[in-house]
Amino acid sequence: MAAEGGHSPLEQFVVKALGGHGGAMPTPDAPVAMPFYTFTNSALFMTLAVVLVTAFLVLGMRRAALVPSRWQCLAEISYEFIGNMIRDNVGHDGRKYFPFIFTLFMFVFAGNILGMMPYSFTYTSHIVVTFALAAVVFVGVTLIGFAKHGLHFLSFFLPSGVPVVMAPLLIPIEILSYFTRPVSLALRLFANMTAGHTMLKVFASFIAPLGVVGVVPLALVIGLAGLEFIIAFLQAYVFTILSCVYLNDALHLH
Amino acid sequence: MEVAAAKLIGAGLAVIGLGGVGAGIGNIFASMITAGTRNPSAIPTVQGFMWIGFALVEAVALYALLIALLVLFVF
Repeated sequence: MAAEGGHSPLEQFVVKALGGHGGAMPTPDAPVAMPFYTFTNSALFMTLAVVLVTAFLVLGMRRAALVPSRWQCLAEISYEFIGNMIRDNVGHDGRKYFPFIFTLFMFVFAGNILGMMPYSFTYTSHIVVTFALAAVVFVGVTLIGFAKHGLHFLSFFLPSGVPVVMAPLLIPIEILSYFTRPVSLALRLFANMTAGHTMLKVFASFIAPLGVVGVVPLALVIGLAGLEFIIAFLQAYVFTILSCVYLNDALHLH
Repeated sequence: MEVAAAKLIGAGLAVIGLGGVGAGIGNIFASMITAGTRNPSAIPTVQGFMWIGFALVEAVALYALLIALLVLFVF
């Protein structure tokens, strides 16, 4: 990666502790013990995302009228969007999982969009965050499958109509591809966010050194930023719809 | 061979897979255009699948990029 003037484009992903490290014991130089929890910039933007989404929904539906105001329209559109997604992909049984899927989508979407603001931090660009989300989806969906079907859930790995001779070959492949689901889910979101933001930083670093000709990388960065906004929504949508598909697999085996 | 040289060669080899990704994305949008021009009323139905397909293929591109960056900066 091009390191212009000593600043690496990967510096934007560094997690910084805001206001002292947590859990540090008192030393002679710092006689006061630090609080047990470190508030990082990642935690700041996660809190901001939660506050923004909650404010959007609560204030949007504050004066709920039959003919909606503009904010109410947006709140209802977001509800309907996820509701339709669940109805189309999971079916009638999926309605009880609506709060989880809605929260998942809003959290990822808000994180991606907040990352597009200048000087902000994209918490979805860290594999630990995306893997935590994907692991929750994977473990939750598997437990739901076992709770609903018992051991019959294992018949998911042998699709019906398969000749018995192929079973010893097919079942390990199916199990392996089942376990790559959380990995691909996490990796897709993480790689999209990291690659997008790194690309923006690298092209932006070309603007100033080129002087007047810097309008060329400037136009490119503007185009890329637009693309990144589209990708922010798209990756949140794909994360959510794949979670719905995996939930459907667990609820209605194939 | 020096480690730095091997890393650069490895990163270059890793992004060869992006050729297949380009073909895949072109395939998706070509199908969408063909389906949309033959039957414009089917466009809303196919649009959802198009975006999902695009995101999944783009993910493979980013896996290749990830391997390249892994080879360059972690090993």
